[in-house]
Amino acid sequence: MWAVYKREMRSYFTSLVGYVYYAIFFLVSAFLFMQYTVQAGDKANVANYFTIILYLFIVTIPLITMKLVSEELKLKTDQLLITSAPSILGVILGKFLAAFTLFGSSFIVSSIIYYIPLTMYGTPNTAKYFASVFAVLLCGMAFISIGIFISSLTENQFIAALGTIVVIVILLLIGNLGTYINSEFIRTILSNISFSARYGNFANGIMDYGSLFYFLSISALFLFLSTKVFERRRWM
Amino acid sequence: MIKVTNLTKKYGDRYAIDNISFEVNDGEVVGFLGPNGAGKTTTMNIITGYISSTSGTAEIDGFDILENPTEAKKQIGYLPEFPPLYLEMTVNEYLGFIYDLKKCTLKKKEHIDEICRVVKITDAQKRLIKNLSKGYRQRVGIAGALVGNPKVVIFDEPTNGLDPRQIIDIRNLIKKLGEDHTVILSTHILSEVKTICDRILIINEGKLVADTKTDNLESEIKGKRKLDIKVDGPESQVLSTLKKIPGVSFVAVENSFGDGVSSYLIESQDDVDVRKPVFYAMAKAGWPIVSMDYLSGNIEDIFISVVDEDDEKKAAEAVEKSTKSDKK
Repeated sequence: MWAVYKREMRSYFTSLVGYVYYAIFFLVSAFLFMQYTVQAGDKANVANYFTIILYLFIVTIPLITMKLVSEELKLKTDQLLITSAPSILGVILGKFLAAFTLFGSSFIVSSIIYYIPLTMYGTPNTAKYFASVFAVLLCGMAFISIGIFISSLTENQFIAALGTIVVIVILLLIGNLGTYINSEFIRTILSNISFSARYGNFANGIMDYGSLFYFLSISALFLFLSTKVFERRRWM
Repeated sequence: MIKVTNLTKKYGDRYAIDNISFEVNDGEVVGFLGPNGAGKTTTMNIITGYISSTSGTAEIDGFDILENPTEAKKQIGYLPEFPPLYLEMTVNEYLGFIYDLKKCTLKKKEHIDEICRVVKITDAQKRLIKNLSKGYRQRVGIAGALVGNPKVVIFDEPTNGLDPRQIIDIRNLIKKLGEDHTVILSTHILSEVKTICDRILIINEGKLVADTKTDNLESEIKGKRKLDIKVDGPESQVLSTLKKIPGVSFVAVENSFGDGVSSYLIESQDDVDVRKPVFYAMAKAGWPIVSMDYLSGNIEDIFISVVDEDDEKKAAEAVEKSTKSDKK
């Protein structure tokens, strides 16, 4: 697992991907933070920043997950991994951890930096603030797992990226569909699936174990599926 | 070292390999020979654990590749047809990655340096793989297969796409590796197996059609031995003397050279070497033998004859089957 992790981390920074990711993330997140807090005047609410930041992941998560498995399939280096690595799950976990490190490091660092002006110009609710950070990390973790799974389905990185974008958009917006549907039952289902709705409880400073379990389950499920798909050639 | 038993792989209704069984002993260099699409790569992919079989087993040093893949994989180094290289890495980084991936316990730097020395890429250790020539990349692929010092190394068409100089280098390297490894080499280049391998397995349309020592290939497969001799003596008498030699099944005059020397083609029965009796018979009669050549069919002819024989057999079986079904 650690061999793959080290290779992927190195690969992010020997190619442009790591730098482009950091550049996009810090530029856009800083802009959004300013818009929703410092420049929002009386309407300033840091929770709005954390809600809107999820939509940035539509672009940034596919950027870091699209090549993780599809490139191995394209270059046929999957042969090396399957015939040399003791465990395929270890390979997938190594890739997941690398992507999560890139994502997590950028988000945690930015969140700590942005917290400083909040304390200078206001009195932020620290518990709520870091609960939101935690929730966003959970969302990102689940999105990364889904991105890795989609990347394992194709040799083409762009198709992998496109597929991941579509799924993230659906998972973020699906809760809003409820407003157009009369059935309470369907509205409840959509709300339970929606990442935005699941994230909302954390933003209010509530430790929502159901949502925690939901995000962890989604991550585990898609990592497991990625392992099975990666191995699929063995069983075809 | 390697034991393959009744290995079968089906893709839909088509058999990629059909009930193949063979064993490879410790220290053997075995050539896996067959036309394109015969099932060589499929067999190798199953042995190395890259794909599964539909039925049958593959054991490496007693470990089943499906039931105990971790132990079985430790014994194998594999160079697929397209070397699985990360082009953005240097040679050292790539070999270090495989070292970590395989969780090797040998001393890392010494081990990698030793492999690079063996495969002669020491001068390229710090270079990016994407900047290396095809021949060097192939060597890096071979070096990758040797990480962890596996007992078995498997090469799938290792000289594919290389220039003649690189082909010779890689062949010499594989030959050297055969001194302390068990090697399986897949190729469709016949001269390659003849120069490198101790034993040849010929596969055609998914079936094993020949399994023989390289040295015995000609005689075992061709059945009849052929001898071409030139004798200075009267043709008709030489002919009748040769026919009387025990084991000789056919004699014919091939050429008359006008100075009393004629060439003769002698065929003998299976496993009978008539060279000595021919020599003594001619010496006794006082007819000097000017030259004597043992005609071994070239390996290409042998391969084609084996594959054709197999195809003819299959066609005959198919005809017989259809005749039987028509009668019904």
